[in-house]
Amino acid sequence: MEKTLLYEELKSQEYFINMGPQHPATHGVLRLLLTVDGEIIKKVEPDLGYIHRSIEKMCERDSYQQIVHLTDRMDYLSSHINNEAVCLTVENALQLDIPDRVKVIRTIIGELTRIASHCLWWGVIGMDLGALSTYFYGFRDREMINDIFEETCGARLTMNYNIPGGLMFDIHPNFVKRTKEFITHFRNKLPEYDRLLTGNIIFQNRMKGVGILSREDAISFGASGPVGRGSGYSCDVRKHHPYSAYDKISFKEALQTEGDSFARYRVRIDEMWESMNIIEQLIDNIPEGDYKVATNAVIKLPKGEFYQKVETARGELGVYIISTGTKNPYRMKFRSPGFSNLSLLNHIAVGGKIGDLVASMATLDLVIPDIDR
Amino acid sequence: MFLKFSITKTIHDWLFELMPAGVAGVVEMILIAVVYLLIFAVAGLYLVLLERRVAAWFQLRLGPNRVGYQGLLQTMADALKLVSKELTGTEKADKFLYNLAPYFVIVTSLMALSVFPFSEEFQAFDINIGIFFLTAISSIGVIGILLGGWSSNNKFALIGAMRSGVQTISYELSVGLSLLTMVLLTESLQLSEIVAVQKNGWLIVQGHIPAVIAFVIFMIAGTAETNRAPFDLVEAESELGAGFHTEYSGMKFAYFFLAEFINMFIIAAIGTTVFFGAWLSPFGITDSIPWLGVFWFLGKTLLLVFLMMWFRWTFPRLRVDQLLRLEWKYLLPINLFNLVFMAGLIWLGLTIKF
Repeated sequence: MEKTLLYEELKSQEYFINMGPQHPATHGVLRLLLTVDGEIIKKVEPDLGYIHRSIEKMCERDSYQQIVHLTDRMDYLSSHINNEAVCLTVENALQLDIPDRVKVIRTIIGELTRIASHCLWWGVIGMDLGALSTYFYGFRDREMINDIFEETCGARLTMNYNIPGGLMFDIHPNFVKRTKEFITHFRNKLPEYDRLLTGNIIFQNRMKGVGILSREDAISFGASGPVGRGSGYSCDVRKHHPYSAYDKISFKEALQTEGDSFARYRVRIDEMWESMNIIEQLIDNIPEGDYKVATNAVIKLPKGEFYQKVETARGELGVYIISTGTKNPYRMKFRSPGFSNLSLLNHIAVGGKIGDLVASMATLDLVIPDIDR
Repeated sequence: MFLKFSITKTIHDWLFELMPAGVAGVVEMILIAVVYLLIFAVAGLYLVLLERRVAAWFQLRLGPNRVGYQGLLQTMADALKLVSKELTGTEKADKFLYNLAPYFVIVTSLMALSVFPFSEEFQAFDINIGIFFLTAISSIGVIGILLGGWSSNNKFALIGAMRSGVQTISYELSVGLSLLTMVLLTESLQLSEIVAVQKNGWLIVQGHIPAVIAFVIFMIAGTAETNRAPFDLVEAESELGAGFHTEYSGMKFAYFFLAEFINMFIIAAIGTTVFFGAWLSPFGITDSIPWLGVFWFLGKTLLLVFLMMWFRWTFPRLRVDQLLRLEWKYLLPINLFNLVFMAGLIWLGLTIKF
């Protein structure tokens, strides 16, 4: 009798923790309902909706030029690429002939956006794992890119540089010079990232073998971007469905096969190197020409359904427009990379410790306004 | 037992002339307590400032430099803000334990401060079990953290407190054993004795290889015992919000915060006393000027403090199971081996003495 009582007393119990919506590791207003046994995670349930702004519904009311501005507020770290996705969809629907100059500039700025986004992610992953200094190193380099953006299009984060038919203005005269300066600067500074974090034994122990995602699971969960490529799933939209100027350049798709957090980390670091290669191929020969083609003041898409996908810093962003031939879309749908990447969080975090959850979540690189549109 | 150097000697004599012996003794004790409280407050405040400036230096920024010359009054201003803040807490907290917890942490760190030989005569409390007293006292502090986490009725705080318990119990062994290795050399637990032995060379030189191993282990375990990065799982910001002190505000939070910095100072001071000759100057260059002992003691201690800040601002945090594996599978066996190694060296007379 006494023995059973003792056993009853010593039995471990599962309990719930509310991680978020105000929590440092969720990088925004994501709420995770954790079922925890001691330190071991039994279940992760993401709860969304804290920053839902009905962007898709608002799009049904707005003209196509206005929709571009709304997409800045989705994945704000790759706002240029979001703009580009909508513009490409509209341009394809209108069958506009976009000048090469526009395509090249869009690609260069898109890659700069990717580097900026990865710099921020690199800073934040260090912070999530307790190495606070990385944050400032990442932001130092991101600052240079933001300065380039500010000079060319007046904004540092929500860029609004694309319009259907081209670009809002031509590039600033300093653009080429400063971009080259940045590339030489960053080629020296990126190895510093490796010295500060990648080679650290504690960091490697925290990352390797944690949050393992197999290739099959990555495909079935719809993972894309660095998360999919970290599991050996070749899913780079730039490679498989080239848009803008990506068909004219040669670059390697960063792939790792381990599928753990460290593989996802390596993919993003490699992507920064590849982005620099892409920019270097294009920056010296930006074609002369117009920076936009004239469109009607009121854009009316032909009746039908249009889809375009692009590779943002986080993965595959799809834009789906159903048009009835009016000046507004009948229905607009964004396929955001963050949403499907978040859906596999439970899969990779269960069985790990609370610290592992934070580490895996950092390598998913979630931007909450992208998940909650 | 009490302050013995010349200025205090005069005060001591004057006090005993002025009033009856019993009253004078009490007044003297109060004076010493006030002096140590002042040291405590100033050290705490300026270590916070030092940490912020060092962090800024590591992080490509300037750090606080606006309040007072080079930001010297910044932490004073912060402390004033914390004093004037409202004390909030959870509704269902165990009020008694919740309010008691900060005092455990702050009082133990203040007690530990009293035994250090800042210079030959500047030592309030020279007991014959000094090292033992320090290790014992520094492990009482964890009770405050456990109580605080347990009583504030918050799951994050509870996880933080449990981690702290597990961590401190494990790493105490390493701190104790690495100090024990050095005690083999000094043959005494009394801190003044330990300093006296080092007049023939600092212990890290006397004990050479095992002493260096013991020092490395001591620094790792000491960092873990003060709950600082890379062992700051107790308040792991990205995992637990603020860990055990999530529900504390105002001065109660400030007590935990100050105690962390004082504990860091204490670990560095133990390191200085046991490995680097406390107030002794290198090669005895300034031994003729007694007051410079304080300078050497603080200099060496701040160097070790800087080392711990260096750890904090460059290393990521360990996971809880990795933390325990490091202690039980690596540090503890190495430490036990090191203890035997040191004993062997002393037995064979292979220590270096000048």
